[in-house]
Amino acid sequence: MHLSPAARLALRLVTAAGLAFVYVPLLVVVISSFNSARIFTWPPDGFTLEWWGRAWDNPGARAALSASLRAALGATAIALVLGTLLSFAVQRHRFFGREAVNLLVVLPIALPGIVTGIALQSSFRVLGVSLSLWTIVVGHATFCVVVVFNNVVARLRRVSRSLEEASMDLGADAFETFRLVTFPALRSALLAGGLLAFALSFDEIIVTTFTAGPGDQTLPLWIFTNLTRPNQAPVVNVVAVLLIAVSVVPIWLAQRLSEGALRGGAAGAH
Amino acid sequence: MNRTIWRPAVLTVLLALVLAACGDSGGGGGPTGEGSGFTPPSVPTQQSLGPGEGSVNLVAWAGYVENGSTDPKVDWVTPFTQATSCKVNVKVAGSSDEMVQLMKSGEYDGVSASGDASLRLIAAGDVAPVKVDLVPNYQDVFEGLKLQPWNSVKGVPYGIPHGRGANLLMWRTDKVEPAPDSWGIVFNPSSPFKGKVTAYDSPIYIADAALYLKSTRPELGITNPYELDDKQFQASVDLLKQQAGIIGEYWSDYTKEVQAFKSGSSVVGTTWQVIANLAKADKAPVEVVLPKEGSTGWSDTWMISSKARHPNCMYRWMDHIISPKANAQVAEWFGEAPSNRLACGQTADKNHCTTFHATDEAYFSKVAYWSTPIADCGDDRGQVCKDYAEWTRAWTEIKG
Amino acid sequence: MSSAPAVAGGRGGWLRPLSRVLHRRPRLRLALLLTGPLGWLLVAYIGSLAVLLLSALWSTDSFTGELVREPTTDNFRTLLSSEVYRAITLRTLGVAAGVTVVDVLLGFPIAFYMAKVASPRWRRLLLVAVLTPLWASYLVKAYAWRVMLGSGGVLDWLLGPLGVHTPGYGLAGVWIVLSYLWLPYMILPIFAGLERLPDSLLEASSDLGAGAWRTFRSVILPLAFPAVVAGSIFTFSLSLGDYVAVNIVGGKTQMIGNVIYASVGAANDLPFAAALATVPVVVMLAYLLLARRAGAFESL
Repeated sequence: MHLSPAARLALRLVTAAGLAFVYVPLLVVVISSFNSARIFTWPPDGFTLEWWGRAWDNPGARAALSASLRAALGATAIALVLGTLLSFAVQRHRFFGREAVNLLVVLPIALPGIVTGIALQSSFRVLGVSLSLWTIVVGHATFCVVVVFNNVVARLRRVSRSLEEASMDLGADAFETFRLVTFPALRSALLAGGLLAFALSFDEIIVTTFTAGPGDQTLPLWIFTNLTRPNQAPVVNVVAVLLIAVSVVPIWLAQRLSEGALRGGAAGAH
Repeated sequence: MNRTIWRPAVLTVLLALVLAACGDSGGGGGPTGEGSGFTPPSVPTQQSLGPGEGSVNLVAWAGYVENGSTDPKVDWVTPFTQATSCKVNVKVAGSSDEMVQLMKSGEYDGVSASGDASLRLIAAGDVAPVKVDLVPNYQDVFEGLKLQPWNSVKGVPYGIPHGRGANLLMWRTDKVEPAPDSWGIVFNPSSPFKGKVTAYDSPIYIADAALYLKSTRPELGITNPYELDDKQFQASVDLLKQQAGIIGEYWSDYTKEVQAFKSGSSVVGTTWQVIANLAKADKAPVEVVLPKEGSTGWSDTWMISSKARHPNCMYRWMDHIISPKANAQVAEWFGEAPSNRLACGQTADKNHCTTFHATDEAYFSKVAYWSTPIADCGDDRGQVCKDYAEWTRAWTEIKG
Repeated sequence: MSSAPAVAGGRGGWLRPLSRVLHRRPRLRLALLLTGPLGWLLVAYIGSLAVLLLSALWSTDSFTGELVREPTTDNFRTLLSSEVYRAITLRTLGVAAGVTVVDVLLGFPIAFYMAKVASPRWRRLLLVAVLTPLWASYLVKAYAWRVMLGSGGVLDWLLGPLGVHTPGYGLAGVWIVLSYLWLPYMILPIFAGLERLPDSLLEASSDLGAGAWRTFRSVILPLAFPAVVAGSIFTFSLSLGDYVAVNIVGGKTQMIGNVIYASVGAANDLPFAAALATVPVVVMLAYLLLARRAGAFESL
């Protein structure tokens, strides 16, 4: 696009300012993880590596991380299955209430988390289901379906049905066709959707507060209980910094993969 | 075609869900909760102690159940787990209301309830009477704490006394001079500390305002800050609405208050001794005082849930927490008077019990323990006092 | 069409006939596809919501805290007549709108730069840079802002020389922090929407003589609007129901999420919390229906 140099510069500045705005607080977190004071204040009292050492041995953090991973994997798996099934139904068929389904699937993520949380909690109570990691997974899966759904629907719109029909003409049944033709085309959309669902579930706190049992602590819950406790707060900062650092790799990979698929599909779109 | 397959099925399940919710009603008329002469629902009492179940889930005030994670030297949970093989899971609650709500869920085995929660729990049938013979250390508890109106009904004990103390006024010594000695400093509408005053975030704080008015406006005739009729209640609420103008933030998470005082975002307000201790340990310049108008306070009781899944571990916990050594540790950490008289010999600071008036019943008669406001005024005024639901409604309006 | 002979013979005896049946019966296929997800969403989710909203018609015994399952409209009457809940609702809506506006103003230029101006290498870098903070815990970010907004904190330290003081903990703090937290959720849909915008359209526009601003107003904005609305669904709804960040940096500010949380937790009054919850539900339903009109659902 043709832009005057002034306009280009202005855009660059705004972007730089925006990114600075985004990263300054994260920088504060990094600095705090080296702060020798136990309470979260500014300016930092001194420099220490003690918290980094403590973080490795912290059993609470480890247990919470494991719980979060398990919950996120469970929720993502369920969301992938349900989201894909639903997107096929919506994209490939016409039926009464198709528009309503779109609205329905967005609701769990569009309605405030506290509403979803107390609704699920009172249902579990009424049904006599005791709160556990499973109830957490149920809560998370419900609002993760939409991200998978959207990604797969967008991809299905671009995948030509003629490929599937050709496959079936050549003798493959529906399941083989799905496995050999459709699924590879969907793979990167599923990956993108799955990754986003995983991220949403991993960092979720509000619905989790209401659906977790007394002994369950996902990472956000652990952070919540420990963030202001004097001896634990700096460890929480360390954990946060590690999370950021570790997450850059999968994000980068996901980008590369979805770009590749995009380039392949974009040829027809434009 | 597909509609007729799944739509009715789904509707049936929805209907079932709704019916289930409507179905189990709360049983026959519960207690009316009028005065301490109410009849609590019948809940079975455990008669003997069996083997431990391996874990116990507690709801507790911050600082009551320490396992070394806040401070490695502060730990009375690990010895308990080692002795009984009961692993302790604790949920720290910031207010009595939270505790009542958590106990209702049936997911927890026990709670350290203050007087404003204990009667509500008893009345709702959420806690069971305690067979004190199963708690050997109970015999050493101060007589002044046994079978009191907030932890027993008609002579039946509903819990094990934990300890008692008073709410205090805390201030930043470098920002607030001279040292205050009255609650007036947090109720002053033209305070120089506007925006840096803090108060406890719970409707029960209305009693603090009433207590202040008891001294400053005797014409209102307030005797018990939890028994407020319309005029007294309105005056307290108005005072708090006026105070909201100078409040920076309301706290219920004790660590948030520590951080606020250390950074200077709050410079004066209500506190617990443990908060001041933590702030001082992190080199924040703070001091505390019990103001001259007196103060509200608490007398906490460990209660066992009527739906406890680990009752044997719970009984063992109750015995452990009032054992002389553990009771002394928690009393010193939290900054309160212990409930076990033998604990006074075990405190690291030999003057602890004197400082906290552990044996001074006359002192505690001046501390207005948290208790649940009910409609029955308990005196010749009759049923005109405000109950807790009204306090709660007023609290939302006060915060604005 | 489907009676082709089995080329790779000897495969799972029931798969092929099943496939044949499914191919011939699209309705059956649809039913099977829909049962799982719709069953889950309708029963687990809508069912729970229905039970919750139904309980708004009940009340709680003030002493014991037990649910009294007799229908009454008291909760709604209190909600509608009481001044304080009106004020809280308006305040919450105001904050949600304010956060959305800030995020659009900040997010659109960034998304535009990423989608249309940056080179492909930079585009990928910027995208990773925008996505990474999503992985930093929401709570940790909110607490970092608590430190920054505190008196003597980072903001005082940075802006002190300019004579500006930190707004401290309050409504302004809430506005800043919520805008900060939801910014990536606004940037991503706008970026996706702008990426889909063919460059040829922009070239054609300038060929026809329009300057950059005219092109922006007449070509880019209308086409990107659905994506902006899609992003706003997130920022609006996340702000509407938030109580955690408000608690951390809001000082004594009360928003709807806080009163709902206090009602469920501290006040132990689920029916009243449910009545309060109908407010954000109604608001979001209305918002979603409007957003659907604007075509936002395709851009989510």
